[in-house]
Amino acid sequence: MRHQIEQLIEQQIEGKSPIAISTDTSVVINKVSRRQFLQMTGGGAGLMIGMQFMPGSALAFRSYPTGAEGMPNKTVINPHVFVNIESDGTVILTAHRAEMGTGSRTSVPMVLADEMEADWSRIKIVQAEGDEPKYGNQDTDGSRSLRHYIQPMRQMGASVRHMLEQAAAKNWDTDATRVKASNHQVLQLDDEGKPTGESIGYGELASHAMAMEVPTFEELTFKTDDEFRYMGKGDVPIIDLHDITTGKARYGADYAVEGMLFAVVARPPVVGATVKSVDSSETLKVPGVKKIVEIAGAMPPAKFAPLGGIAVVATNTWAAIKGRKALKVEWSESPHDNYNTPEFAQQMRATANQPGKVLRTVGDPDGAFANAKKVVSHEYYQPHMQHAQMEPLVAVADYKDGKLDIWAPVQSPYGVRTDVAEAVGLTPEQVTVKVSLLGGGFGRKSKCDFVIEAAMVSKEMGTPVKLQWTREDDIKHSFYHTTSVERLDAAIDDHDKVVGWRHRSVSPTIVSTFAPDPGITSGFEAGMGLLDTPIDVENMSIEAGEAKSHTRIGWFRAVSNIPRAWGVQSFIAELAHELGRDPKDMLLELIGPARIIDPVAADMQDLWNYGEPYEEFPNDTGRLRGVVELAAEKAGWGQNMPKGEALGIAAHRSFVTYVATVVKIRTTDDGILSIPEVHTAVDCGFCVNPERVASQMEGAAVMGMTIAMYSGINYVNGAVSNSNFHDYPVARISSYPKRVHTHIVEHPFSVHATGIGEPGVPPFAPALANAIFAATGKRHRDLPFGKEVG
Amino acid sequence: MAITLKVNGVERSFDGDPSMPVLWYVRDMLNLHGTKYGCGTGQCGACTLHLDGIATRGCLLTMEAVADKAITTIEGLDSDGNHPVQKAWRAVNVPQCGYCQAGQIMSAAAFLSTTPKPSDDQIDQSMAGNICRCGCYERIHDAVAMAAVESSEG
Repeated sequence: MRHQIEQLIEQQIEGKSPIAISTDTSVVINKVSRRQFLQMTGGGAGLMIGMQFMPGSALAFRSYPTGAEGMPNKTVINPHVFVNIESDGTVILTAHRAEMGTGSRTSVPMVLADEMEADWSRIKIVQAEGDEPKYGNQDTDGSRSLRHYIQPMRQMGASVRHMLEQAAAKNWDTDATRVKASNHQVLQLDDEGKPTGESIGYGELASHAMAMEVPTFEELTFKTDDEFRYMGKGDVPIIDLHDITTGKARYGADYAVEGMLFAVVARPPVVGATVKSVDSSETLKVPGVKKIVEIAGAMPPAKFAPLGGIAVVATNTWAAIKGRKALKVEWSESPHDNYNTPEFAQQMRATANQPGKVLRTVGDPDGAFANAKKVVSHEYYQPHMQHAQMEPLVAVADYKDGKLDIWAPVQSPYGVRTDVAEAVGLTPEQVTVKVSLLGGGFGRKSKCDFVIEAAMVSKEMGTPVKLQWTREDDIKHSFYHTTSVERLDAAIDDHDKVVGWRHRSVSPTIVSTFAPDPGITSGFEAGMGLLDTPIDVENMSIEAGEAKSHTRIGWFRAVSNIPRAWGVQSFIAELAHELGRDPKDMLLELIGPARIIDPVAADMQDLWNYGEPYEEFPNDTGRLRGVVELAAEKAGWGQNMPKGEALGIAAHRSFVTYVATVVKIRTTDDGILSIPEVHTAVDCGFCVNPERVASQMEGAAVMGMTIAMYSGINYVNGAVSNSNFHDYPVARISSYPKRVHTHIVEHPFSVHATGIGEPGVPPFAPALANAIFAATGKRHRDLPFGKEVG
Repeated sequence: MAITLKVNGVERSFDGDPSMPVLWYVRDMLNLHGTKYGCGTGQCGACTLHLDGIATRGCLLTMEAVADKAITTIEGLDSDGNHPVQKAWRAVNVPQCGYCQAGQIMSAAAFLSTTPKPSDDQIDQSMAGNICRCGCYERIHDAVAMAAVESSEG
């Protein structure tokens, strides 16, 4: 997301619209247009498909445009970069995206392995360093890894398979029609295309095969969907599974270099404050403490620059922590000293009750509200949130002889390389960034302030340094999910029909971290469930209100989709209640008929669309309706519920994936709430790894529960008052949703694969709140609403 | 005076700060990196290890408290990584990011050693001190239940 934000800011400065609607048509093999393709795959075309999509045909692969080409350094499609075959047959694949728990380090290379007919048990994965000119874009965020790399991976897999087949054919002095790659070997075929029994393993072929010219795209053949060995099956465990269960998996702090020192940093409690004075006399008495190092800070907008402060460097982490405790620092005043979140929430509510900047108008909303029989209005609040990934920030830096080696858990290793190089006065060529496993990321590890700190301290010390953030540091000095008030209004006519819809969003913008604070939600943030709403009411006004930022705003898993889904999906259930309607029926009615929303006709010109070409990744309300119907059906929506049990539903499109969630709750007379069951329906196009999709949906339900019930960051006089898990609680196993059933809409490869890391999160909190209302009549509009039920 | 202790069966001697938590000792001094830092206050369980067989938070356990005692970290749970809990973890595909899992496994292993046939509620109560921010709780529950069956049958 970082590069995209930078680009968007650049475009805004240059006055360009961040519109991502492509004028290109799909790139389709053999001049079959997308329309023809759809006709072919439609009803009654079975025979024709059988002819066109014969195994091994190029037509098995429909190439389509994605936003990958709009990313910095785009994609690299070069098998020599991503594939290495050893003579013993071991296939070494490069994972160039960071692994933070979604399974991308397994699922992305698995696509390549499948297409090249490799045996997964003989695969090794190596993690790429930060090097985008070599590997293509490496920003692991925005639920993009599969969305952008499924096609390049298949293409490289097909290339290597082709090269192996060519090498085998040459060996047998035959032609390519007499050979076929199959499960790590190339088989010789007879005149009838049947295996002769002769075969050569990949290891034996490797040196010849990899010396061959890489075939052009037109020369390639692709597997048909029914030939996939791993894709779509969900039976490949994550590559690090064994290492994780034995403690061998290596995360950011699990790296030791000869002579390494350990550091923690005292940072200003308020963003923008600086060191006024420091007394380190007691600190330096702590056994093991070597030195203190001042780190320069920067007033926002400072992108990912450190906050500044005093690093305490010691021979072990504990000594550094003790030394920091003994440190006496006086901090300067900051312009943000008066940031108090309860008051700020009141200001946002007041703003949300005034007309805002109109982003989108459909029909005559003012007229609809003026003539309404009834107007229903509610506000929905969401506080700042912090990622609280289990692995606190940490980085190892070794600055020596004008070179810098980094080992760190980072989502954007190449961005880190360029940012850190700049911060310590080196060129990117003088910096290497090795990427460890990430103990969770959720967006926090896209921001490399912690790596810059480590590099600065290592440079100053002249030794390798492991710089560790404590949990308190992580919670108090983050880049926070923005806070928000979503105000929703509906105009109801004489026939109890919703004829007017107004959504006004008030929240500080991420842009304020990168550029002078525009004081209002930005285009791409508006594109996450505000501007791009699927709601189909004849008169609509989509608005944003002003709110200044007083902290470092960053992105958090699912970003602005969380408050937008919270507001819209809660409000729909409230309207249903108001009008005596079933909440699911109301939701479907407001989504309207199945259609591809025409963004121009719908006045959505500034639609971000997650950087994807709209023609290929349109807002398809049919697919949204599809997941609503699927989740409802699986959850038994409409059946009579036992006393104390109820269902709540919510649906949301985010990151071009469609998710609907039905939460079942059970309450007892004394108000104890449990969640026995969740049904989540997801439409992510072609699904590469259903097992990991399910795990992401399970995790999204737990994170959704935390958002709904537990976590809010509070500011008192500019400083975050939360500190650790006792006052920033997250869901524990004692209260988890007992069974999350994931229902995946099945699609062939030809339906673009989308990402899954984020889209499960937004619908959960409103679905839970709607269930609580259905069970108890108590409506929650402010997050987090705590554990109480009634 | 140096503190002596056993770590994963190996005799060790430590003459540093006696108030140092065992977490930092095993990580920074022994390079046993399987035990993770998560909160430093005993609230998340990422640093769980065994002190004479009992699940204990390494971030609160000081070196002076482990003098002449035996601690086991994830690295020492089973030489081949085939403790029934580890096997169950793999059979259920529990982890997402994996960072908390060593602590989860150490908690589960100690729990099952004293409660070989736990109820569902007992599993959830015993594992409530271990946070998984990725939200793998459903699978953690299932893996503990599976390991209990495996252990009692094996």
